[in-house]
Amino acid sequence: MYNFSALTQSIHQYLSEAMSPLGAKITEMAIIGLVLIAFVALSVMGLVYIERKVAAFFQLRVGPNRVGKWGLLQTLADFLKLLMKEHIMARNADKFLFNLAPFLIVTAAFLAIGAVPFGLGLQAFDINIGVFYISAVSSIGVLGILIGGWAGNNKYSLIGALRSGAQVISYEISAILSLLTIVVLAGDLQLSAIIESQRDGWWVFKGHIPVLISFVIFLIAGTAETNRGPFDMAEAESELTAGFHTEYSGIKFAMFFLAEYVNLFIIAAVGATVFLGGWMPLHIGHWQAFNHIMDYIPSIVWFFLKTGGIIGIIMWFKWTFPRLRIDQLLVLEWKYLLPINLVNLLVVAFITLMGWHF
Amino acid sequence: MSAVATYFKDIFQGLKTLLTGMKITGYYFSHARKEIITQQYPENRDTLKMFDRFRGRVVMPHDENNEHACTGCSSCELACPNGSIEIMWERIVDPETGKKKKIIDKHVYHHSMCTLCNLCIIACPTDAIKMEQTFEHATFDRKELTMILNKPGSKVRKDVEE
Amino acid sequence: MTEETLTKEGLKTQEYFVNMGPQHPSTHGVLRLMLELDGEIIKKVIPHIGYVHRSIEKMCEKDSYRQIVHITDRMDYLSNHMNNEAVCLLVENALEIEVSDRVKVIRTIMSELTRLSSHQLWWGVMGMDLGALTTFLYGFRDREMINDIFEETCGARLTMNYNTPGGLMFDIHPNFQRRVKEFVAHFKTKLPEYDALLSDNVIFRNRTEGIGVLSKEDAISFGVTGPTGRASGFSNDIRKHKPYSAYDRVEFKEILMETGDTFSRYKARILEMWESLSIIEQLIDNIPEGEIQSPAVKAVIKLPKGEFYQSVETARGELGVYVVSDGTKNPYRVKFRSPGFSNLFVLNHLAQGYKIADLVAMMSTIDLVIPDIDR
Repeated sequence: MYNFSALTQSIHQYLSEAMSPLGAKITEMAIIGLVLIAFVALSVMGLVYIERKVAAFFQLRVGPNRVGKWGLLQTLADFLKLLMKEHIMARNADKFLFNLAPFLIVTAAFLAIGAVPFGLGLQAFDINIGVFYISAVSSIGVLGILIGGWAGNNKYSLIGALRSGAQVISYEISAILSLLTIVVLAGDLQLSAIIESQRDGWWVFKGHIPVLISFVIFLIAGTAETNRGPFDMAEAESELTAGFHTEYSGIKFAMFFLAEYVNLFIIAAVGATVFLGGWMPLHIGHWQAFNHIMDYIPSIVWFFLKTGGIIGIIMWFKWTFPRLRIDQLLVLEWKYLLPINLVNLLVVAFITLMGWHF
Repeated sequence: MSAVATYFKDIFQGLKTLLTGMKITGYYFSHARKEIITQQYPENRDTLKMFDRFRGRVVMPHDENNEHACTGCSSCELACPNGSIEIMWERIVDPETGKKKKIIDKHVYHHSMCTLCNLCIIACPTDAIKMEQTFEHATFDRKELTMILNKPGSKVRKDVEE
Repeated sequence: MTEETLTKEGLKTQEYFVNMGPQHPSTHGVLRLMLELDGEIIKKVIPHIGYVHRSIEKMCEKDSYRQIVHITDRMDYLSNHMNNEAVCLLVENALEIEVSDRVKVIRTIMSELTRLSSHQLWWGVMGMDLGALTTFLYGFRDREMINDIFEETCGARLTMNYNTPGGLMFDIHPNFQRRVKEFVAHFKTKLPEYDALLSDNVIFRNRTEGIGVLSKEDAISFGVTGPTGRASGFSNDIRKHKPYSAYDRVEFKEILMETGDTFSRYKARILEMWESLSIIEQLIDNIPEGEIQSPAVKAVIKLPKGEFYQSVETARGELGVYVVSDGTKNPYRVKFRSPGFSNLFVLNHLAQGYKIADLVAMMSTIDLVIPDIDR
């Protein structure tokens, strides 16, 4: 299996020879930043296109098919259109906060994506509290929604923002608790260590029914945390026109849009990493031959396959279910997901203690 | 049933109904190639055929001698609810019999006002006008929507008079 | 602005107004609702109507009775055929003309197809209002087949103008029976899918059950007709109580529900679709021979002096046409009692104390068509 650290090491070596250690460090940071920005921009464009196509197929339509072959350039065209649109601001809007909100939400998304392990040795920021870091950072995004909803001086967006506040704060708990079950099993918060612990099989298969339950809960909570699907309270098109970003236009709106899809990617990536082994190929116990064949598929392909699968499921939710009402959403969290999650965590802790997992 | 049992039953029932819904959308997603219902409009222009009763706009058929069947009786004008038909007629002296008679000068049709209700077609005693099955009627100039249905120099067919 | 009040923690709160519409995704047109809100809880709904008022009643006064028919297409455009039928029946009754059985049967089939197409659209939009965007296209897929049937026989898909006083504009197309049978067979397989996608869905159930309960007494006093009223147990089906066309010779149930909440209004329409299918099935093979246009109706129709009223059951409820005639070829006064108008004003009564999301669901199940309200 190709280790990407060979590539990164050789770049590091070359830069260290060419310039001072400080200069090399700064150049490396710049390269990583640029690569991540380019990756985010491209993947969001791809995701928007895929989402529109998937939605179209669910709805017996063809989807975008005019711009470029199969409509592949549609999102690029939309992006260019959004770039050129006028910035409109309501008269009594809070100018500073109104401009700050889209940046805040995008920053939160970027902070999180830095810690995502894309492949073997391909992780920008392998912090030893990785799971904790990602959940902490991704909850900054809700500040952007709250500020954006407040600053627009629009009652619809204010309602949307407050809904979103209540929603994200409650579903954060579920998402973290379901991640904790794996942390308990793996005994580590570091993402690379969690992946390493799945060398002989993914946690979803190894961890019996409790891990399956926590995976389902993670999917639900993740969907809610990204303000998507049946939980798009903050947007709620048929109730609040466009929710918290009603007043935004042009590139500022595009930033909200971008952040939504980056968050979708991050949630799927974290789910894939923690529950499905991230870039780790499908290994079954001690079947050496089988494991060896699986190793021939590059790690980055495994990662994107798993992430794509989870994104597909989340999209499937969105295009099938009606939206919940805000109080039902909270009832679902506090009366169903949270108690189940706590009991589940207890069971997993017990299993780990007794060493009953595979 | 105890409250605990109801609690878990609710969860499983709910999950089951959600999965049934996902099964249906999943079927359509996986069979999208077969099930897609939308048509690709400008591409299918050649194969797109309207039903023969489709009401596109009012036309007046002319035969090869540039003759039509409109006597200028104004029935359609009276039947029209929106005033989208105006008949301009004049009296001429018939060269053969020497009698004065009323002929049609212009059959003006305002497509922009027409609601395509078909009342004029039914009112016409000589079947001089009919509905055409075209449907691409957008123009850049509103004036183009006012049409004169009888072609210049056209005459009334002999056999339909009176 | 309303007065500030203090909560028990001593915080200042204020009720506020939100304009829902005239441009809003779920008001289905240009309906404007002023919502008085306390947080997300609705205190009051004030409907403002008239954004698509085209003075259809006044326009009818200058038109002849033949011409009135086509304007009624534009009132409740989803029940267009029933609207036409109401005017035609009124003229026929006033002139004391009996149309042939063939006309009656075809009119009934057409009305039921229109009801089905209206309910299909409503179902799709109902799902969309509640956030299930996919249902919209599924509803339209099945509606498309009905539209094709209409287009082939009547010549138009929406503003068909198929009825004329004393008969029909054309005879049915030779393909009509085959296509209708195809549609009925197709739709019978798709209606259970509607149930699986929305009716049985746990989220949908929670969103609709026990929400916006309209009691039978309130339904009667607000004059709420159609499936909306029948969901509260108010038996008001004109097809049963005052049968017209061929409704006296077919067997069908009047769908009566008991609870009167949003879900029973939803369910009433779903069950009504099954009834419509059964009515069509009973009639489609038994279209009697007969003349299409009664010769007793002259080219210029003059109603006798007097007042006439005719009501039909449209997809939304009771449509009443009231005509005062002074004996000339134009009516002296026309009044349409549209179901949407009466049904809309129950909204304030229903929505108080519920949330915005519930209001959207209620509006969906009342099934508003704005041109029907404004006329």
